[in-house]
Order: sequence, then C-alpha cells, then structure tokens
Amino acid sequence: MITRKVRKWEKLPGKNTFCCDGRVMMARQKGVFYLTLFLIIGTCSLFFAFECPYLAVHLSPAIPVFAVLLFLFVMAMLLRTSFSDPGVLPRALPEEATFIEMEIEAANGNVPAGQRPPPRIRNVQINNQIVKLKYCYTCKIFRPPRASHCSICDNCVDRFDHHCPWVGNCVGKRNYRYFYLFTLSLSLLTIYIFTFDIVHVVMRSVDNGFLNTLKETPGTYPLLFLSDFLEYLSFTVLEVLVCFFTLWSVVGLTGFHTYLISLNQTTNEDIKGSWSGKNRVQNPYSHKNIVKNCCEVLCGPTYPSVLDRRGLMQEDSPVSAASAAPSSSSSNSSSSNPVPQTTKTTAPLIPNEHTPDDAKPSIAASAEKSPSPREEHHPPAPKVPPLASPETDAETSIAKDKTH
Amino acid sequence: FFVQTHSLQDLQQPAVSSKVFIQRDYSSGTICKFQTKFPSELESRLDKQQFEETIQTLNNLYAEAEKLGGKSYLEGCLACLTAYTIFLCMETHYEKVLKKIARYIKDQNEKIYAPRGLLLTDPIERGLRVVEITIFEDRSIGSGR
Repeated sequence: MITRKVRKWEKLPGKNTFCCDGRVMMARQKGVFYLTLFLIIGTCSLFFAFECPYLAVHLSPAIPVFAVLLFLFVMAMLLRTSFSDPGVLPRALPEEATFIEMEIEAANGNVPAGQRPPPRIRNVQINNQIVKLKYCYTCKIFRPPRASHCSICDNCVDRFDHHCPWVGNCVGKRNYRYFYLFTLSLSLLTIYIFTFDIVHVVMRSVDNGFLNTLKETPGTYPLLFLSDFLEYLSFTVLEVLVCFFTLWSVVGLTGFHTYLISLNQTTNEDIKGSWSGKNRVQNPYSHKNIVKNCCEVLCGPTYPSVLDRRGLMQEDSPVSAASAAPSSSSSNSSSSNPVPQTTKTTAPLIPNEHTPDDAKPSIAASAEKSPSPREEHHPPAPKVPPLASPETDAETSIAKDKTH
Repeated sequence: FFVQTHSLQDLQQPAVSSKVFIQRDYSSGTICKFQTKFPSELESRLDKQQFEETIQTLNNLYAEAEKLGGKSYLEGCLACLTAYTIFLCMETHYEKVLKKIARYIKDQNEKIYAPRGLLLTDPIERGLRVVEITIFEDRSIGSGR
C-alpha cells in the first residue's frame, strides 16, 4: 500500500474549490466574482487614468491619494470575503454520526411499520426562548443555532447569512464583517468616483467655455463642442453609468445589512421570518441594544477556521492517523493545531477518498483492528432533551435545505 | 513449572472499546460551551468530579476566547484600520487561547485520562461540535467491558 502525505483540503467533502495549496477557499462558480473584479478594477483604472491627473492638478492631489487608499481597502475586503472560510462546519465522522443516530432512535422509541419517523429536531432553550435545532442529513449533525446548509457549496455554515455569487463564496460567521465592510467601502468608493466625475465634467465644461459659447452662439458651435465633450469625457460618462447602477444596489445592500447588524439578525433569518411576527419567537441572540449588537458583529472575536485545510494527513495509511502540525497560519487559513495527537488510535478516523456517506468501508476497516461492533451495544446516553413531535415547520425546513 | 504465555495482543496498543461524544450546550446562546452532564459510559473509569472539572475548565477557556470586551473591540478596530493585514504577523486572541486549550487537554490526558485508559480529543479537531472521549479496552482488569 502506498502511503503519501496529502493536505486535508484535498479530501474535504463539499463543493468548494481550493487554491494556493488550501490557503484560498471559494465556491465552485466564480464567474460573477470575476465580473465584480472586472467592474471594480476597470472603473477605478479609468478613473485613475483619465480623471485623476486633471483633478490632481486643478483641485488637489489628495483626491487621487484618498481614492487609491479606498480602492485598496475595497479590494482587501473583497478578497478577504471571497477567499476565507465562511465558518464551514466539518461533517460528522462515522462514529459521531452513529452515536447521534442511536440517540435519535432511542428518543423516538418504536415507530410502527409504515409510519414516517418524526423529523429530527432537538429543542434547546436560549435566553428563555425555545429554538429548534434541525438535523442535517448531508453532514449528519444537528446544526448549531443559526447555522444553515448551503446547497451551492454543500456545507453547513455557522451563522449562515447567504451565498453571495458576486463574492463567489458563502457569507457566514467568519467573513460577515469583511463582507459588510466591503459593501460599505464600495458604496463610499462609488459615491466618491461618481461625485468627482460630475465635478470633472463641470470643470471641463467651464474650462472649455462650453457654457459661455453656448449662450453666445447657439448655432454651429455646440456641435463642435459636443465632439470635444465626447472626446474628453466619454470615459467619464461610462464611469458615471457604472457608478449610478452600482450605487443603487450596493448602497441599498449596505443599508439592509446595517439594519440586520443593529438587530443581530442574519439575511437567512430575515428571509425566513424567524424572529418576526406575533406568534414567533423573539430573537434570542440580540442584546436589545444597537451599539452592543454592532460591536459584537463587527468587532467581536475573530473566529478560527475549524476546517484544518492545510494540515497533513496520511492517505491509505493503516496505522497512524496523526495529523502533523500544519505550516504557519496565514490570515486566511487560521486553524493551527500545534499539538499532534500523541496517542495512536488504530482506526483511520479521517475520511479517506470515500465520501462520509460510504461510512461502511471505513467502519469495516476499523473493525479489523478494533472490536468496534461493541460500540453498537453500549447504552445510549440519555442526556439530550426529548425530541419534539412532528412540527409544521418540517416542510419549510426541507424546502429551505433545497433552496440553499 | 508454570509457563505464562502472553498473547500478541497484550504487546500491542490498547484497542478502542467505544467513544463518547460530549455535546454542545446552547443554553447560553451560540458561545462555545459543552454539557457538563456525566455520561454513564465513563462511570466505571472516572470520577464525576474530575470530568466536570475538565469540562468546566474548557468552557471557561472558550468563554475567555470569545469574550466581548474592551480588549476584543480594540483588537477588532485596530485590525480593521490595517485592512486586517495585521493578522499576517500577529496571532489573534482566539488563537492564543486555542493554544492554551490544546496544552490543557494534553496535560489532562497525561495526568488523568491516559492512566484510566481514556483519551480526550481537542474539540477543534471535531469542528468545536463535540468533546470526543475515546474509551480504550481495559486489559489490566480482565475482560474490560
């Protein structure tokens, strides 16, 4: 058997693409992301090439300098949002999945043959509100509160906001603040370029005496000046158009997310109406204080990635499942496991090239080395709250799983 | 004379008997916290006190990592001003605490859990979802379970 060391990202399930040896993590479809890059870089390049020289000389050199800084910030935020792990929850390993299944079966009791078993829901009480945790059939876990499964990326994401095609990634717990800062700074950049384009047009027109000449000789001269106008300002017109359409969408989006942040809600919760309506539960995560909510979302702790993308693992190794310490953490793959597993577990716990759904081969493999059939006989621990009876939201939860 | 033969298995590492998964406790919200309820599978191996102390310490460490306070706000604002490039050279507060947690778990394993034929797995390796406790077959006491 050939054993070779591979990085863990190569074996991760889900529909993400990875670049730079696991440092970059994105969704599969990146076309719209390239469009976003093209629009931003294209428009800004035109601005720097055509408007800035004129404005720097005639108004102030601070204008292009500030534009450059703003542009760099926008790009940094965009790339940070697109390339980082949004907060993906790794799928349950076979033993954990089996353990949960047994707990569910114990709680369900005997289901008469022919009847559908009740939906897998767990009730938890958070801040005196009952929140239902749904079971994810793909990841084989009960989703933590506020997590949701993204069908485009085929992952459960913690504090799932939405999947943004413009950014080419999901927006979740780990990259929401970068996404928000991206929309905010892009709004500022768009407004900035739009404003200075108008200023540029006005100043050019005044310089060329267009307006004065128009007053004096309204006959043939306007046509000549029109051609001059187009020659100097066609790029400006293009930029103004791009900025105008961008403004309405991006500024609107920034406003919407500012509203969500002040209430500590996610887009997903807002769309599903989780906390709105009289008979619904009130948002248990909100601090009921706008400042505190904003601080938590924007200035809260930087959560590490729990996907160890750059860790090394043995492929086809029968003995040691120890993961060697991964290389130094970069800003994007921030999960560092400095302590390798010192004791040797005989079973290869890390999924091999088979998906987690093919759990039987790996369990069979581990059974050769350890008496794992005994796992089935130990009594299930009765430590979870009783499962709820079938609830009306079962259909919406299945529908939501499909739409995400 | 009496000949004692050792089976080959005794010379190998102990086999895994079963695993217990300590689930997350969401009663305080989405912060990382694990349930302190003592699982019945460990009754024969471990003191309830010991277990609760381990889990409680872990919970406290995670609370420290996720604490919202002046220090975390300062770190967040400073990082924002540098467009988060500061994290290329600086370790975040959360990462520092995670290292502390890893050291604590290693320490607990060496002192308490390994002598009892148990192994604690760092929750970060399970996506911060569960604390996995592996129960090894207890060869010294006859047939174990």
